[in-house]
Amino acid sequence: MFAAVVIAIAAFAALAGCKKKAIDPFPASGAVAGWEKSGDTRTFDAKNLYQYIDGDAEQYISAGVVTTSTADYKYQGQLEAVVDVHTMSGPDGARKIFETGQSKDAKTVPLGDAGIAYAQSVVFRKGPYLVRIVAYESTPETPQALLALAHGVEAKL
Amino acid sequence: MNARKAMNSRREFLKTAATGALVLGSQSKLGLAAALDHQVAGKSKVVVARDPSLHNAVGELDEKRVLALLDHAMAHYTGRDNPVAAWKRVVPVDKVIGLKTNGLGGKGISSHAVLVMAIAERLQQAGVKPGNIIIWDRNARDLEACGLTISTDPSRVRCYGSDTAGFEEAAVPCGAGVGIYLSKILTRQCDMVIGVPILKDHSGAGVTFAMKNMYGVLSRPQDLHSGGCNPGVADLNAVPVIREKVRFTIGDAMTSVYDGGPGFHPERLWQPNALIVGEDRVAIDHTAWQMIEQKRAEAGMPTLEAAGRPPRYIATAADADHKLGVNNPEHITLVEI
Repeated sequence: MFAAVVIAIAAFAALAGCKKKAIDPFPASGAVAGWEKSGDTRTFDAKNLYQYIDGDAEQYISAGVVTTSTADYKYQGQLEAVVDVHTMSGPDGARKIFETGQSKDAKTVPLGDAGIAYAQSVVFRKGPYLVRIVAYESTPETPQALLALAHGVEAKL
Repeated sequence: MNARKAMNSRREFLKTAATGALVLGSQSKLGLAAALDHQVAGKSKVVVARDPSLHNAVGELDEKRVLALLDHAMAHYTGRDNPVAAWKRVVPVDKVIGLKTNGLGGKGISSHAVLVMAIAERLQQAGVKPGNIIIWDRNARDLEACGLTISTDPSRVRCYGSDTAGFEEAAVPCGAGVGIYLSKILTRQCDMVIGVPILKDHSGAGVTFAMKNMYGVLSRPQDLHSGGCNPGVADLNAVPVIREKVRFTIGDAMTSVYDGGPGFHPERLWQPNALIVGEDRVAIDHTAWQMIEQKRAEAGMPTLEAAGRPPRYIATAADADHKLGVNNPEHITLVEI
């Protein structure tokens, strides 16, 4: 009995000690040059992720998604983009999603543990986080602007 | 109502759904004159209308060309060159007409407002009162993603989501032991619904278009996602109120994603510049599926079957238990213009 109590106390202490401080991965307006956060952050857990990404939710759930947070951004008042931060239960889940569905034209970029970029999107993983940033328009500035925003998110993870 | 007790068995559900099909088929309750004309000799007609110049140099849709393409498609579908006459063949003008869009994919890959408003314009010209046109989807956010503006003013074309109208509190049986809760916009407010889905690849179902768009009328679509949405999509469309009211599709294939869907993946974006029009939702989905496959082949990608997600629900919807339409190409009159 005594041993069980000791173990329970130790487990509680370990959990309390390991409890992470909630991370806000979204750069505030102006924190990254030219970018403004144009909407509130919305967060979905695994149970209600369907409300945000419908059938796509299944692949994230099977990879161990814990929460998905999303926010809209605007670059220089014009270019709209969305930032999705998927918090997985561990790095393996982030890797699994990251490696799924990469196309041939993906360009490797130095972000987090691994990153790729396309003309209108950037995807990277860092530990248990999988980040996807997508612009709704392709302009000459889009790739560099997205990369800058991605670095801003990475710095907050 | 306990969802699990909603229906004793799948067989009972399908029997009920099939009975509904017979009743609807015999009485043509909504006065859909076109239904008689376009299923000649057991064939379903699907019109695919294309305009390669639909998008301008910066990738924006040309409103006039979209309206012209809509008119072109409707003329070929109904056999009426006059757009007003064409629409009068399709809709009961004294009823409330819903336009069910799909904005789940966000701004980049949602039903286009320019098409939705072109349909609303023609409906009014055909005699439907503005307030009797309801543009709707799951919620305001999805509608705004399409580029639409929320309005509940009954003197104008209305536009709002099920988040405003609410869902029925009583479950409706859908398939084996599944109870679903339907949007009141569908059950109480619309007499007829025209589906205005956007063509997309779908990571679970394979393809999302006419029939899968109905997941947006549910409070909990996740309950029907297992097995690649098969038989979920077919069962849902066989629910009597959906079978009865959702009688026409103006499918938006002006922009699409051929992989990575249903979300917005600009690297897999594609502009088929097409509208896919018809009454037979199964034939429409079969046609849309072939378009996705063709594009995937051109891009050097595996078929959806090889990718592990063939849209099996299309065949299920055509089977003897569901009888929602035809998926055999020999029974589809495909008109490409």
